[in-house]
Amino acid sequence: MSLADFEAAIKQLKAEADQAIEAATSDAEWTEVRNALVGRKGGKLSGLMQQLGQMPTEDRRAAGAAINSLKLEVEAALETKGASLKAAASSGPTLDLTMPGRRRWVGAAHPVTRVIDEICEIFRELGFSVALGPEAETEWYNFGALNFPADHPAMDMHDTLYLGSGAVLRTHTSPVQVRTMQRWNPPIRVLAPGNVYRRDFFDATHAPAFAQLEGLAIDEGISFADLKATLTHFAKQFYGQSTRTRFGPSYFPFTEPSAQMDVEIDLGDGKGKRWVEIMGTGLVHPAVIESAGLDSQKYSGWAFGMGPGRIAMSRYGIPDIRLLYDSDVRFLEQFV
Amino acid sequence: MLYSHDWLRTFVPHDLPASEVAALIGRHVATIDHLQPLRADLAPIVIARVVEAGRHPNSDHLWVTKVDDGSGTLLDVVCGAPNVVAGTLYPFARVGTVMPTGNKGGILIEKRKIRGEWSTGMLCSAKELGLGEDHDGIMPLDLDVPTGTPLLQALPIGDVQLEVDVLPNRPDLFCHLGMARELSAISGHARRSLHEVIAAETGHVALALPAPVSGPSGGLTVQVKDHDGCPRYMAVVIRGVRVGPSPSWLVQRLDAVGSRSISNVVDATNYMLHSAGQPMHAFDLARLAQQTIVVRAAVAGEKLVTLDGVERTLAEGMTVIADAERPVAVAGVMGGRDSEVTEATTDIVLEVAYFDPRRTRRTRKALGLNTDASHRFERGVDAWGTAEALEAAAQLIVAVAGGQVDGAPIDVGAPPVRTAAVALDVARAQRLLGDIVPSAEMQRLLGSIGCEVSAAGAETLMVTPPVWRRDLLRDADLVEELARLRGFDQLPDTLGAFRPGAVPDHPLHVITRRLRQLLIGEGLLEVRPMPFVRGTDESHVRVTNPLAEDEPHLRRTISETLARRAEHNLSRMEGNVRLFEVGAVFAPTGDTLPRESLHAGVLLMGQSRPPHFTEPNPPAYDVWDVRALGERMAREVHGAGVEAVAGEGVWLWLLQLNGAEVGRVFRVQLDKPVWAADAFGIELWLGAMENADVAPPGIHAPQSSASDAPARAHRQYMALPVFPAAEFDLALLLPDGMPAADVDRCIRATAGSLLEDLRVFDEYRGKGLPERHRSVAFRLTFRDATRTLRDKEVEGRRAKILQTLEKELGIRPRST
Repeated sequence: MSLADFEAAIKQLKAEADQAIEAATSDAEWTEVRNALVGRKGGKLSGLMQQLGQMPTEDRRAAGAAINSLKLEVEAALETKGASLKAAASSGPTLDLTMPGRRRWVGAAHPVTRVIDEICEIFRELGFSVALGPEAETEWYNFGALNFPADHPAMDMHDTLYLGSGAVLRTHTSPVQVRTMQRWNPPIRVLAPGNVYRRDFFDATHAPAFAQLEGLAIDEGISFADLKATLTHFAKQFYGQSTRTRFGPSYFPFTEPSAQMDVEIDLGDGKGKRWVEIMGTGLVHPAVIESAGLDSQKYSGWAFGMGPGRIAMSRYGIPDIRLLYDSDVRFLEQFV
Repeated sequence: MLYSHDWLRTFVPHDLPASEVAALIGRHVATIDHLQPLRADLAPIVIARVVEAGRHPNSDHLWVTKVDDGSGTLLDVVCGAPNVVAGTLYPFARVGTVMPTGNKGGILIEKRKIRGEWSTGMLCSAKELGLGEDHDGIMPLDLDVPTGTPLLQALPIGDVQLEVDVLPNRPDLFCHLGMARELSAISGHARRSLHEVIAAETGHVALALPAPVSGPSGGLTVQVKDHDGCPRYMAVVIRGVRVGPSPSWLVQRLDAVGSRSISNVVDATNYMLHSAGQPMHAFDLARLAQQTIVVRAAVAGEKLVTLDGVERTLAEGMTVIADAERPVAVAGVMGGRDSEVTEATTDIVLEVAYFDPRRTRRTRKALGLNTDASHRFERGVDAWGTAEALEAAAQLIVAVAGGQVDGAPIDVGAPPVRTAAVALDVARAQRLLGDIVPSAEMQRLLGSIGCEVSAAGAETLMVTPPVWRRDLLRDADLVEELARLRGFDQLPDTLGAFRPGAVPDHPLHVITRRLRQLLIGEGLLEVRPMPFVRGTDESHVRVTNPLAEDEPHLRRTISETLARRAEHNLSRMEGNVRLFEVGAVFAPTGDTLPRESLHAGVLLMGQSRPPHFTEPNPPAYDVWDVRALGERMAREVHGAGVEAVAGEGVWLWLLQLNGAEVGRVFRVQLDKPVWAADAFGIELWLGAMENADVAPPGIHAPQSSASDAPARAHRQYMALPVFPAAEFDLALLLPDGMPAADVDRCIRATAGSLLEDLRVFDEYRGKGLPERHRSVAFRLTFRDATRTLRDKEVEGRRAKILQTLEKELGIRPRST
C-alpha cells in the first residue's frame, strides 16, 4: 500500500468514525462504536495499523504519525460523546422540574422600621440626615428646654415615666432637637427617629413605649410656607401624588405657631377616604432656639413629630398595636 | 370640652348649620373630635292636627279623633289625653315609628284596635318624647307650620353637641363665651354680652347692682388671708330664693354639655361655669358660722367632707374657704357638703373667685380630685371677668329661683397684672409666615379676637392682648394667631430654595443600618419589643412609677427581652425562632442618668434552614452557626481585629477587641417545652449613647470642624498569587482537654512566614483512636509570592512542625 493510499484510507476512516460516534444514542451503541473503531480485536484502526508493516520503510514513519493522530482524535471524540450521553442519562426524565426550589430563611425589617426607613429616604432627598439621642433624658432636655412651663397642665399631655430625680424616659424625640441645635451650626436639617415612653396602659391602641420620628429644620429665613411645602411634598411622596393634605390649629409648648397635618387617605377598612391626622408640626418656638444658645432673631425653623407605629398600622392593616411588640415569627414573616 | 350648638347661637346669633360651625372651628381654633345630634331619635316624629275629637263609645276617658298628618288621608287615632282639642297641633308618631327616648322609648307604633276602635298612630305627650316630665296630656304646639313637618324642623330641640379638643394653652375656650368670641371673629357675626344672653334665655333683664365694696355687705363678711392662693374673691348675698327644679330650657342646656340638673340654684352656677368659664359656688348663708367667709391656707390635717360625700384630709399648701369655725370648701376644687344649698335654703352666698392656677393644680393632684372647677382654675380663668360673671349669675338665679340681691357685691383683692403689650415687627411676621400679609390685615385679624392694636412706626404694631388671652406673650404667639385666623390653608406651600443640612448622620445610626442589613441578609427577623424587664434594683435601672409592677426595670441587655419573646413564640407552638433587635440598654450609675448603650441582640433556635424535599429535617442551629454569626457581626461593627475567645459554661465565646469585651455568644436558658431545640444568643455592644449635657442651658457649643473621629480605615488590595501553593494535611491526635487553638498557635509559630492559610477541616472521635483522644485534621497552605516552592522545602516544614508539636505539646500524627 502506498503512502497516498494509506492517507486516503485514514481520511475515509476518520469520516466513518465521526459519523458513527455522532450517531450513537445510548451507552450500548457507544460501546459498539468504540469496539468497532478502536477495539483491540477487529477494530478498524487496529486493522489499519497492522498494514503499517507492509509499507515501504521510508513511508512508515509518516504513516505511523498519521494513524496515531487519528487514534487520539477518535478517542477524544468518543470520550466527549460518552460524557454527554452519561449526562443526558442522569438529567433526563427523572428530574421533575415542577418540584420547589431550595429556600433559605429570608430576613425582614420590622414593619415600623420599614416605615421609618421610607420616611428617612424621602427626607434624605431634601437634605436631611439622621440624629440620635438618649432615651433616658434629663428633665431639662425633655421639658425645660422645650418651653414646658413647670407645674403646668401642658405636662398632662405627657404622662411621664420617671427614673428618679431629674431623669425621665423621654416622652418624645424632641430633646434631640435641642441637643442637635446646641452641637451643630445651622443650616440644620435632621430627622430623629427613636423610641419614646408614656405612662399609658398597654392595650390594643396604646403602648407605654413606641417609636416616634422627629424632623427639624433650622436656618435663616425659614417660614411656615417652607414647612407646609416640605411636609406636603413628603405626604405626596409617601401616600401618593394625588393625596390631599390640610393643616389645622394645634398646640405644643415647643412650636409657635403650632399646627397639625391631616392627610386624606383610605385606611383599607372599607370606609373609603377620610382625613387622618398624621403629625404635629409648627415653627420652632423662639424660646427653644434660645435654650440651645442660638439667636432666635437670626434663625427660625420648623419641626414635626409623627408616629411610625400608627402609620405602619394603618398602612399594613394591623388592628392591634400589641402585634408590633409580640415578636411573633408568624407576624414578622409577613413582612419579608 | 363639650359645646352646645344652640347655646353658642345665643351668644352669636347666626343660621349656620352645626357642621359648618364645626368646620370653622376645626380650621381656625381647635380639633373637632365629634359632632353629636342630641335628639336624632326624634327624627320620625311629625306635627299633626287633630281635626275632630269625640268620646270613645266604649270608654269614659278615651277619645276617638281624626288626625291630619299631612299625608292627605285623615287617620283614626284613639287618644287617652284629657286635653285633646280639635284644631290643635300635636307631635304625632305614625304607624311604624319606633318611639324615641322617653317613657315609651323603643316601642313600635302599630295599627291596632283599642276597645273596638281602630287607632293608626299616636299623639304624643312631652314625657313620651323625653322632652319633660309633664304628663297632664299630649303636647299642644303653638306653631304655624304645615302638618307633616318633622318636629325637629319646627322646634329648636334638635341641639347638636360639639366635642372639641381644647388644648392647655387656651383656658379661655373652656366656656361658650370663649368659643363664641372665636366664632364671632372667624364668622364675622356679632356677639352678645353675658347679660344679653341671660336676658335672652330668661326674659329677665340685667340687675342694677351697686358698685362692689370690700367691707361687709348684705350681712356677710369676707376676709382673704391667703392672697397668693386667692388673688381675687367676690361674693354676693341673695335672699329669699326658692330652691326647686330648674326650668326645662336650663335642664336642656346642661344636658347638652353632659351635666346633670340638680336644682335651680346649683344649675344656675353650673350654667355660668359652662357659659362664662367662671366656676362658681353657692353656699347656704344660714350654715356659715357667723355669716363669715375666711379664705386662708389650710392647716395640715384639717378635715372636710366634700360635696361628693368623701372626707378629705387637707394639707399645707392648699387654700380653703372657711367660715368662722371650719373649712367649708377646698378652694378651686370642690365645695363642702355641710354648707351646700338644699331645698331648705332661702339665703345664699354666691362666690366667684380667681384661685391661683399652680396652687389649684397641686391641690387637685394631692387630693386626686379632678373637677370642672379645678380643670379651669389650673389652666387659668379670666380674673378680670369675675364681676360681670357674678352679676350675670345673680341675674340668672333671681330669674330661675326668685329672691333678691342684698347689698353690694363684695370684691376683695385684684386680678393679676395684665400682660404687657407685644411689639410685632410686621416684616418679621411676614417672613415667618412666608406670606406678605398686609399690616392692615394683621391689625384686623388681631383686633377680631379682642387685641388692641396700634401702629408704632411704619413697620411695628403694638399689640395688647385681651385680658382673657394670657398666652399671648411674644411675637411668635401673635404670628400663630395670624396664621390660624387667616387659615393655615391660605398660606403658600411652594417648595422654595433651601440649604441642605450640615449635620452628618449619627455614627450609631450608620452602624445600625449596616448591621440590620447584614442580619436581614442572614435571614433573621427584626423585632421591636418593650424594653421593660424584671431585674433587681442593684443590677438594673428602676422606673420610679412603673406601669406594671412585675416589670419595673429597664433591660440591661437585649437578650433579656429576646428570651421572653422566644418563649412567647414557643407558647404559640413556633419553635423556629430567628430574631434580632438593635436597641438601647441601660445600666445604673450614681448619676442622674443611667449609662445608656446601643446593643444588637440575636436569638437563634430551631431549624437553621427551611425544610426541603431533598432535606425534610434540616439541621438545627448549633454553636458553630452562632459563633460564625457573632464573629461576623462583631467584625462588621468593630473591625477585623475582633476575636472569639472560648468562654465558660453558658458563655460560649467572648468577643474581644484588643482584649476588651465587645460582645458575647452564649446558650440561652429558656422556659421551653421538650420539643424545642437549643437556643443560642449573641449580644453585641455597638457604642455608648452620649447623654451628657451638650452644653449648659442657653449655650451653643458647636463641635469643632476637626472632628475627633479617627480617619476611616479602608481595606487594602493584596496582589493575587502568581505561583502555585503547596498544601499538606496533618491529622493529629489530641488528648482530651487540649484545645485546637493551642495546636493552631504552635503550628503558626513554627511554620514560618510562607504559611498562607491554616484551618481545621475535620474532627474525629471513636474507633481506632486511643482512649480519651480525638483526631483533629489541619490543612496547611504554603506559598511564596516570588517562586514555586520545591517539594523538599515543604517536606522540611512538615517535619519541623511535627517535631515541635511532639516536643512542645506532646502530640503526634494519627497515622503513626
